[in-house]
Amino acid sequence: MSFSRRGVLSVAAAALFLAGCGSSGSETPQGGGGSGAAQEKVTIEWWHIQNIEPMKPVWDQLAKDYMAAHPNVTINITALENEAFKAKMTTVAQSGESPDIYQTWGGGVLKQQADAGIAKDITADVASWIDTITPAASAAYKLDGKVYGIPYDIGMVGFWYNKALFAKAGIEGTPATWGEFIDDVKKLKAAGITPLSLAGKAKWPGHYYWAYLAMRIGGLPALKEASVSKSFENPDFIAAGQKLKELSDLQPFQKGFLGAPYDTPEGQAATMGNAKAAMELMGQWAPNVQRDTSKDLGDDLGFFPFPSVEGGKGAGTDAFGGGGGFAVGGDAPPEAVDFLKFITSADSVRKTVGTGVILPVVKGVEDAVTDPRGKMVADSLAQATDFQLYLDQAYPPAVGAQVNDSVAELIAGTKSPEEVVKAITEVAQSE
Amino acid sequence: MTSPPAPPRVRSRHATASSPRDPAAAGESPAARRRRNWVTIILFLLPAIVLFGLLVLAPIALAMYSSFFKWNGFGLVPTNFIGFENFTRMLNDKIVIGDLWRGLSLIGFSLLIQLPLSLAIALLLNQKMRGRAVYRLIFFAPYVLSEVITAVLFTMILSPGRGLANELLGLIGISESTFLSEPDTVMYALFIVMTWKYFGFHMILYLAGRQSIPNELIEAAQIDGAGAWKTFRHVTLPLLGPTIRITIFLSVIYTVQLFDLVYVLTGGGPVHASETLGVTMYEFGFRRFQVGYASAISVVMFLLSLIFALGYQRFVMRRDTEGAITNMRAAR
Repeated sequence: MSFSRRGVLSVAAAALFLAGCGSSGSETPQGGGGSGAAQEKVTIEWWHIQNIEPMKPVWDQLAKDYMAAHPNVTINITALENEAFKAKMTTVAQSGESPDIYQTWGGGVLKQQADAGIAKDITADVASWIDTITPAASAAYKLDGKVYGIPYDIGMVGFWYNKALFAKAGIEGTPATWGEFIDDVKKLKAAGITPLSLAGKAKWPGHYYWAYLAMRIGGLPALKEASVSKSFENPDFIAAGQKLKELSDLQPFQKGFLGAPYDTPEGQAATMGNAKAAMELMGQWAPNVQRDTSKDLGDDLGFFPFPSVEGGKGAGTDAFGGGGGFAVGGDAPPEAVDFLKFITSADSVRKTVGTGVILPVVKGVEDAVTDPRGKMVADSLAQATDFQLYLDQAYPPAVGAQVNDSVAELIAGTKSPEEVVKAITEVAQSE
Repeated sequence: MTSPPAPPRVRSRHATASSPRDPAAAGESPAARRRRNWVTIILFLLPAIVLFGLLVLAPIALAMYSSFFKWNGFGLVPTNFIGFENFTRMLNDKIVIGDLWRGLSLIGFSLLIQLPLSLAIALLLNQKMRGRAVYRLIFFAPYVLSEVITAVLFTMILSPGRGLANELLGLIGISESTFLSEPDTVMYALFIVMTWKYFGFHMILYLAGRQSIPNELIEAAQIDGAGAWKTFRHVTLPLLGPTIRITIFLSVIYTVQLFDLVYVLTGGGPVHASETLGVTMYEFGFRRFQVGYASAISVVMFLLSLIFALGYQRFVMRRDTEGAITNMRAAR
């Protein structure tokens, strides 16, 4: 008796201490189960990640416009910060529920959501209008020939560079090959300029280097094949690691980059915006984040695609990147798909593109891109011969996270190029 | 950690003192009265038991259950049963093993530096001095801040560019440092932040413990010719024993579960150099969607805490909790 009660009390005490880590903020989204009659009251739960200016008010306005035209529809918006959205989505997904419309990047994560029935196959619903969307943008949301999402943004990763710092180091033009790129990095170092800004804490910016090198050396088919065969132990991927190691051995990154976040006032974007580094490898949103966290470089900011690698199998014009899209929840009302049609109509896209932070996913709206930096990305994208989605989105989440993790260790010098592909392969095979 | 007096003692006192004078109970048989007592007890305990069961026991059971599955967290229930594979995998996971080492070293640091420091400050602030209350307040203040706010504060202070720490170091001629960005220094930085946040809490506990020591004992020792050190070593320290033991307990349990501070401060980086079990669990559960493996890690955290809590209470705090949660037989 005495023992058991003491035991219970101790368990209680220990459990109370533990209780802190088990807080469950599971807020079940309202599944607007309406179907059938057009005038039936319908509620659409919409989760997006444009929680700041300039996109948030645009989404708000589009939702209002839609509700005005369809009085029976109520759209409840939940605007979450990127990381908060991912955490909340995971919690909600475990209950088997999902919002009616939610942010997705396509690829492996969307595949898991589709398999679990929280993302709906909307192939038939969108068949009549999916052709208005550029194929490069919608490819990431097509899984096994079925459509699970609709894009609202598309872009690519490339080098953003500071023209003034390049001039100071005596560099003319932009590097077209990896050899020239390494030479430029050395020139910048010699001139006392930090060549590259990198967010080591965030990990995903580092994986861009490895992914692009793997694309240039091994080619796009090799990356796709690896995810099918679940083996990344390809000499070309090891060569990509060696090239990246060759770069990081030059110590091209800013001081303390291993602990640097991406979008805080001390992060990668701010280092670039404050002209403390000459280049960053980043997606289409880079100028916007630079402006938000530090200063706008204005005309000094240029863009060039990732250089080609001498003797590589991949074309120098293959693009790497992604955008954003919306998936439709498993038990969402038909109005949810109709709303997606509305926000990807040419008129709506003009409004979102007008903010300057989003590139059009619809044909015939290219002229709406007025921002010169947006134009640079859009032009590169228009010339792209093939398109690879971010590896940490294209692959299943565990594999993608391992790519980010291992590449971070490679850049930090704690893992060899061979160990990187081995670690990724191990995780891929355990999935 | 003060526990209420043992229930049996209360009940026996109640039984002997009140039953003869209790007219309502006089007509009932003892069995019926006992039955009615049980109904009352269950009725009053019910809300607490339901809440405790739903919010504490059920999640623990659920985590244990899903730790035996390979599960990505989607769908209502896991289906792919893999037995102890998640646990054996942990044995080969360099990050998890590293987490345990880092946890141990943090515990070591806490016991060797943080607690003695708190004790020293507590004894200092126990002396009559001007502004004593102000110092106590200031030293205790960091504990009131939330972990996240503390972490954000220190990312600013320790930031490589314009952080306060670098400005100060620059004044005394030490060149710029990147505390949180170097795998070699990040653990020290983390420990300093932990200490900054928690020394005030331990200090208050020690202060309370010190004030409950009667002055007569100290005076007696001094009259017997004991110096300051001997008084401390042979009177103050032994009498602070219960307090010290409880602070060690709290410190260890806290370190096993360390999460928010690390997650916001370093994210476990650079390259896992400051990762803790809690951060690893989060990474696997919420980023890699390996909820089964993450559950296994959380179960290990739970068991570590539980075994430590039980063992520590059984063997180390036995005398401190005597009559409260141990030795009920003696009380009866």
